Amino acid sequence: MSVLPVTESELHAYVDGALPESRRAEVDAYLAAHPEDAERVATYRRQNEALRSHFGPIADETVPERLRAASTRRAKPWLRLAVAAGWVALGGVIGWQLQAYYSEQRMESSAWARRAAVAHVVYSPEVRHPVEVGADQETHLVNWLSKRLGAQLKVPHLGAIGYTLVGGRLLPGDRGPVAQFMYQDAKGQRLTLYVRTNPDDSRETAFRFAQENNIGVFYWLDRKLGYALSGEVEKAELLRVATTVYRQLNP
Amino acid sequence: MSDYEHLIEQQIPRLRRYARALTGERVIADDLVQDTLERAWNKLHLWRRGSDLRAWLFTIMHNVYVNQLRSRTAHPLVSLDEEDINLLERPAQTDLLEIRDLDIALRKLSEEQREVLLLIALEQLSYEEAARALGIPIGTVMSRLSRARERLRRIMGGPADAATLRVIK
Repeated sequence: MSVLPVTESELHAYVDGALPESRRAEVDAYLAAHPEDAERVATYRRQNEALRSHFGPIADETVPERLRAASTRRAKPWLRLAVAAGWVALGGVIGWQLQAYYSEQRMESSAWARRAAVAHVVYSPEVRHPVEVGADQETHLVNWLSKRLGAQLKVPHLGAIGYTLVGGRLLPGDRGPVAQFMYQDAKGQRLTLYVRTNPDDSRETAFRFAQENNIGVFYWLDRKLGYALSGEVEKAELLRVATTVYRQLNP
Repeated sequence: MSDYEHLIEQQIPRLRRYARALTGERVIADDLVQDTLERAWNKLHLWRRGSDLRAWLFTIMHNVYVNQLRSRTAHPLVSLDEEDINLLERPAQTDLLEIRDLDIALRKLSEEQREVLLLIALEQLSYEEAARALGIPIGTVMSRLSRARERLRRIMGGPADAATLRVIK
């Protein structure tokens, strides 16, 4: 009896249990005679097992609320449109009011805004380790960074405007520790909020804008803390986010 | 809660599992799932009732993922290959930074290879279902699967490192 040669596809089907019963014995016989292929098949099986045991537990995790909400019908489109229109209008008004500040202070170079932009460039492209502590440990993150900076920090929640917290990290600043929080939108576009302590804790400033290559930075001082929001996005979009951050920090 | 909502909600855990393996990052993965669910609602009328909802959702997720990769090329997320290699050789750290060999090895496959391998090996879709979900011929599924497995085998060091593969939780 002549047996058909075993193909590469059949070896994979064998690994995945997709081979017809009638053919299995023949592949068994083939593998017994070809130890290298047998070894390969065994490795592929172990890969299957490893992938299932490694990622399997994720399916048992509690589903985040935002995903449960996403599985139900969406808000009415006109409502979302109205919200978006509101933001655009608000952004326009604030942008116009701040215009005066920009022209006045554009020339004032700010070393720390620059440091924030550099920190943004360094960490935001990271795939594996964008942050030291992830958003899933937000309380720990905030407590830890507050302790290191010696000031109570708050981490703004920007989910309502499309940015979710990735996490944060501790960085060296020019005078001591600074904190960096990272956010990203659905497309993976990332923004970072750089927070440092002020030497003179009574100062408050308006938003200022600086640009380093393609990185825009809105920065401001708010009593004890200085904030710099950096991102490679349109200035209007960055302003929209900076405004939300400011509001959340000063309810 | 409507029928559909219930059916779709049941699929979320598996969509999350696949998305996490695919992207390697929790936040990005959940964003991908969220975009997939939103798109699914908008396109629900295109789903043939009685056909496999899960395979249909994987198709949507694939399309969303490919679009996101495309839009990301403007701001590419770089993978630090050399650092990854060092991580492979370092003992697992016990602090917050969790190093996972298998995750890192998966990052070294092409997007196409990773999708095929995960749909078949992890999600246990049939070859036909995977071909439909990815919109490619079954022959392409087989060749990508073959290349993905072989590459993974090389990365993980073949038989000598099989133990590493196995000890991963």
